[in-house]
Amino acid sequence: MPRLRFWLLTAALTISGCGGPYPQSTLHPRSDFGRAVDHLFTDIFWWAAGVFVVVEALLVIVLIRFRHREGRPAPKPTHGHTVLEIAWTLAPAVILVFVAVPTVRTIFATAGDAPADALRVEVTGHQWWWEYKYPDLGITTANEMHVPVGRPVQVAITSADVIHSFWAPALGGKRDAIPGHVNRIAFRADAVGDYSGQCAEFCGASHANMRLRVLVDADSVFQAWVKTEQGGPAAPATGSLAARGKEVFLHSPCLACHTIQGVSPGVIGPNLTHVGSRGTIAGAIFPNDSAHLASWIADAPSLKPGSLMTRMKPPLTDPDIAALVAYLQSLK
Amino acid sequence: MSEATGGGLKSWLTTTDHKRIGLLYFWTAFAFFLVGGVEALVIRLQLAHPDGHLVGAETYNQLFTMHGTTMIFLALMPLGSSFFNYIVPLQIGARDVAFPRLNAFSYWVFLFGGLLLNASWFAGPLFHAGVLNVAPDAGWFGYANLTERQYSPGPNIDFWLLGLQILGISSLAAGFNFVVTILNLRAPGLKMMRLPTFSWMTLVTNFLIITAFPVITVGLLFLMFDRFFGTHFYVREAGATPVLWQHLFWLFGHPEVYILILPAMGIVSDVLPTFSRKPLFGYTVVVYSGILIGFMGWGVWSHHMFSVGLGPIADSVFAATTMLIAVPTGVKIFNWIATLWGGDIRGTTALHFAVGFIAMFIIGGLSGVSHASPPADLQQTDSYYVVAHIHYVFFGGTIFGLFAGIYYWWPKMTGRLLDETLGKVHFWLQFIGMNLAFFPMHFIGLLGMPRRVYTYSPDLGVSDLNLVSTIGALLIGLSILILVANLWRSRTHGAPASNDPWGGATLEWGIPSPPPPYNFSVIPTVESRLPRWRTERHGPMKDPPARPPAPIHMPGGSWWPIVAAFGLPVMALAPLTHTLWVVFVGAAILLFGIYRWAFEPFEV
Amino acid sequence: MTHAVAATHHTSMGLDSRKMAFWAFIGSECLLFGSLISTYLVYKGRSVVGPYPHEILNIPFTSVSTFDLLMSSLMMVLALAAVQRGDMKWGKIWLFSTALLGLVFLGGQVIEFTEFVHKGLTISTNLFGCTFFVLTGTHGAHVTVGVLWLLTLWVRALQGKLGPANAMTVEITGLYWHFVDVVWIVIFTVVYLIQ
Repeated sequence: MPRLRFWLLTAALTISGCGGPYPQSTLHPRSDFGRAVDHLFTDIFWWAAGVFVVVEALLVIVLIRFRHREGRPAPKPTHGHTVLEIAWTLAPAVILVFVAVPTVRTIFATAGDAPADALRVEVTGHQWWWEYKYPDLGITTANEMHVPVGRPVQVAITSADVIHSFWAPALGGKRDAIPGHVNRIAFRADAVGDYSGQCAEFCGASHANMRLRVLVDADSVFQAWVKTEQGGPAAPATGSLAARGKEVFLHSPCLACHTIQGVSPGVIGPNLTHVGSRGTIAGAIFPNDSAHLASWIADAPSLKPGSLMTRMKPPLTDPDIAALVAYLQSLK
Repeated sequence: MSEATGGGLKSWLTTTDHKRIGLLYFWTAFAFFLVGGVEALVIRLQLAHPDGHLVGAETYNQLFTMHGTTMIFLALMPLGSSFFNYIVPLQIGARDVAFPRLNAFSYWVFLFGGLLLNASWFAGPLFHAGVLNVAPDAGWFGYANLTERQYSPGPNIDFWLLGLQILGISSLAAGFNFVVTILNLRAPGLKMMRLPTFSWMTLVTNFLIITAFPVITVGLLFLMFDRFFGTHFYVREAGATPVLWQHLFWLFGHPEVYILILPAMGIVSDVLPTFSRKPLFGYTVVVYSGILIGFMGWGVWSHHMFSVGLGPIADSVFAATTMLIAVPTGVKIFNWIATLWGGDIRGTTALHFAVGFIAMFIIGGLSGVSHASPPADLQQTDSYYVVAHIHYVFFGGTIFGLFAGIYYWWPKMTGRLLDETLGKVHFWLQFIGMNLAFFPMHFIGLLGMPRRVYTYSPDLGVSDLNLVSTIGALLIGLSILILVANLWRSRTHGAPASNDPWGGATLEWGIPSPPPPYNFSVIPTVESRLPRWRTERHGPMKDPPARPPAPIHMPGGSWWPIVAAFGLPVMALAPLTHTLWVVFVGAAILLFGIYRWAFEPFEV
Repeated sequence: MTHAVAATHHTSMGLDSRKMAFWAFIGSECLLFGSLISTYLVYKGRSVVGPYPHEILNIPFTSVSTFDLLMSSLMMVLALAAVQRGDMKWGKIWLFSTALLGLVFLGGQVIEFTEFVHKGLTISTNLFGCTFFVLTGTHGAHVTVGVLWLLTLWVRALQGKLGPANAMTVEITGLYWHFVDVVWIVIFTVVYLIQ
């Protein structure tokens, strides 16, 4: 049955000309949490489809069969029918029992409890980017979460400012990031891949620009990533453009907001210690390349409305920006 | 006869005639409906392609906020009110509502509140900002703590909260009025269980209004104190929680959903019997289902909050109550179909819209069941799937129902019939348009596009679906233009309507179209649920004579409702402009209006 | 003008329409105060800085105000009875006494609020301040409206424009006044007595 529904939906999408892939689809679950929700939705979908067909068909049949015709005798003034009323009160009630029982079972199964050995990740929503901390590994990063395939992950979600909602559809349902509350989800990813997601709760001007990626890595890849992240920032070679970029960084307002381990202490914006190793910047909306980095540094608000990273005053010169870009890219 | 029948601006400003107030409600709400529709079209044009550039993020956020706020508070609710006003007194055999001046007050407060909200579009320069800069921009649901001064420093949210407070006063005043009118002003013999279904649903709706609106009033009061007086009702740092707002808002917000849908259900329950020439099947069950929906509407609010993390037990309880509410809703649908069964169905435009209501509302109801299930909802909430759902309920449901009401009662309200051919073109365009616009949204949401985003990436694979949706929205726009043309055309070219163009069973069809100021030359005595039809036990009643046996004087107009109402937007200017003395001016106007109103000689 | 709408003299439920509307209004007000009181309870004990309720609430003082408000309800009953039997002399006295006791209550509230501000509790100090002042302030605003209403009736009685024919007006005023009084009993219990 799930197969058939999948093909139905795919057919509908193909007819409409959409090919895929769908990196943010809820219909292609890649974790135990995602699959549990998908199974439940599949059940409900079929009940709903059945009811839809029966009731709409009934409506169409009635409209055709009893449409006005000349000479039709006056209708019999029926006022009601007790047995019928009872029947169509019970019918939906019974169907709903079939929906409610798996619902409650799934609620408790997906309540966010993970085994004790699960990898713990703390997610904090900010306007408009995501901060990830791995308390057991001593890692802080932004927007791109790395988790190992096949191992349980416990995600604790909160917010530093307004309410956001953490949503990586392939890995399961969303949970709100609420200041002063901690929400938990738990999942075990079952396929290596790059899954996109984004903030689902309206959170101000750049809500649309608060995207995220979850990279599910093979265990060895994940271990290597952990190792890099745990190390300090790369030191630029003396005399290189990157070294000049570090000087620019140290004399710019950047350091007030961004941490580079051992270099600057700011905590307002994302931690940049290993920013060069990330695939995207600015809330996972732009690829991490020289051109995007340069224009981002020069004028973030024009790329991301409302961005708290304001246009720099006085503006940095182009050579300074180029040096800064080289430095940031060197922070692998 | 008094000025109530005269023409001229003054007679409209001072009117206390429920029929004129009904028309004022209609035209005002319809104008706001067009404004909200234009906002929707800009939204859809922006989203027609990925990375759209028609408007910026800030403008887009104002557009979707005002679209939601306008459609709910300034279009759908008051379109319902226009029928409450015009039709309910006629259906219950009354000469007016219980409190005609309070009724006028409700209308003027609604008008001023709506104008204040929409003034925000142009008020930018007054706040050293550009035009299109200070309209509300935190969503119609205005979740705290985004709405706190810290995160929304501009006057945007001030406009929103003050506008909603004012509109709440209008709704509450109307709520008391209609509850009393329906309970107390029924014609002799018109027992509660003989009341037309539309009047019944009006009663339930207004009960919901008078109980639900105080809750959002308190929520908005807290927000107002937070923004203006430095309190901390939604501030985490002070030990409070922004989730309090969500509870207060949805405690109001879910009954509000039924406030929007029950009048449409009432209209459908009146239209179907007329055009199938059969009594409503299971009248008692339909009425009790409506009452039950009203009661149960109070116990389901947290289903808007499944992603908040209230815990598995709370989620299970609210899932169960939410699913339960599907039962009385389903029962209504089966009874409507059974009403059509065995009938002699005349396919008038009104019937098309009533049947369209059933067909579309089913889809909205079924997708509703899918997010009554909390785990499934975690993938659906705040995605376009929910946008599809609410539009099947509010557009496919409420709007189709209200439009059925327009085509059904327009001849009664204006004395002119609407053109049936144009009407059917309107129906089919709207029907096709809405399905093109809203059905793809189910897929858009399931494929991972959140709602309330001003742009989306082409990577998501939802670009074509979005384009289809935009084309559908443009078709809806076209269909509404046809409705406008039809309404306009009817003023001069519409065929004159007889007392009873449809063969209706209820009292409003026994009097002239439009009715005289006093409605009924003689107050009728009602002996059955379908007084104008032959039933097993009763012959059709005799319609009231064309001329009253003795002159009937209706109360004249009054200036005081509009004066008192005007005090409220003046008071709202004080916090907007941070000038304290203005609040005293506004309060003085309000109190003066109320004082003169209370002691003017007015025959009620 | 001849008599207007016949239907309003006879009502379907046999209850005066104004009185019925007022009951509906009171129902609505219950939800208003219900939301305010619930918020107070939800936020009770969640203030992160003082002053806290037990440090600042003066129960003996407020008990006197509460007694005062209760007595004003008694005056209201006497006023209505007097008006209904056409005894306008006592009607005026009782109406004025009701308003006067209302004013005394408001005076007590002014003194209480001033004292709290002196002791460092303002509306923005902590959650207790927010919830306390907004709850009791909303109630105080209701009492103020009631006092203005009672004084209006009293003045009209002095002018001879209020008589037994207006008993329903006085009865509705009484409904409002008693409701406001009952709400205070709940607030007094919830805020002052159960700490």
